[in-house]
Amino acid sequence: MEDLSLHVLDIAQNSLRAGAKVISIEIRRLPGKDLLEIEVEDDGCGMDRDLLSKVTDPFFTTRKTRSVGLGLPLFKMAAEMTGGSFDISSTPGKGTRVKASFGFTHIDRPPLGSMSETIVTLIQGNPDVRIRYREVTENASFEFDTQEISQILQGVPLNEPEVLQWIKDHIDQCEQELLNNEHLL
Amino acid sequence: MKKSIEELNAIRERMKQTIQMRSDNSNNVRVVVGMATCGIAAGARPVLAAFVDEVNRRQLKNVTVAQTGCIGVCRLEPIVEIYEPGKEKVTYVKVDENKARMIVAEHLVNQRVIEEYTIGAAK
Repeated sequence: MEDLSLHVLDIAQNSLRAGAKVISIEIRRLPGKDLLEIEVEDDGCGMDRDLLSKVTDPFFTTRKTRSVGLGLPLFKMAAEMTGGSFDISSTPGKGTRVKASFGFTHIDRPPLGSMSETIVTLIQGNPDVRIRYREVTENASFEFDTQEISQILQGVPLNEPEVLQWIKDHIDQCEQELLNNEHLL
Repeated sequence: MKKSIEELNAIRERMKQTIQMRSDNSNNVRVVVGMATCGIAAGARPVLAAFVDEVNRRQLKNVTVAQTGCIGVCRLEPIVEIYEPGKEKVTYVKVDENKARMIVAEHLVNQRVIEEYTIGAAK
């Protein structure tokens, strides 16, 4: 994976396959603590302890098309390579939470990449799933929630191309403003 | 909300019309992009975005762009399958943004399969 936003897309695909109706994604940029944290939480079917203990093993997979599963192991490895940590917790019937932290300034930390592209890709394929996205810095934050957009759209699907473009531009603008504020402070 | 809500309202009003037209069309073509770990790592995200953009730009109202999981031939990702009513499925492999736009122009608009991009031509 070239950047962290692609990992997030991959992890969120697990949530979708778990039947999630709400997926919450949060990015925390904390250069003061030398931390970049990523959290993906869903209300999907969850996993029992046995399955949970296997999912970060690259030689375990639920897929039928080949015998190696790489999504979670790759994400875990990417985090640990930067001196960070990885944690996954899950409750059957309740959902799953994946949390990874990265050394913000570590030379091996991949760039975050385009989170707006990742969010829009998720919405494109799954317009009926509620996606909540939050970005946090040391002094500010912004939030995006497809439920608010749906209310405005009054039945027009979220995955209409013009709507997707609006959402992408909107998230990019919010992110830009958040980072600009950070530089001023 | 940074982008104006008025803009979103305007999009909604425009879309209400076209969605009505589309739901009346039974001759639907499906473009399906593999979006599992293998596809994402190989570059499926910009490929999907290129299909969505190109189909919208050309106003191909009967084309739906969708996503699926692992298609099973990970080394040939990004993989795109095209389903047209009454025709055999066409599988394109190692697709990139440029190929995606070519596939829309040649296959979806001009009705010519680009054989050299298909799985049959892959080594």
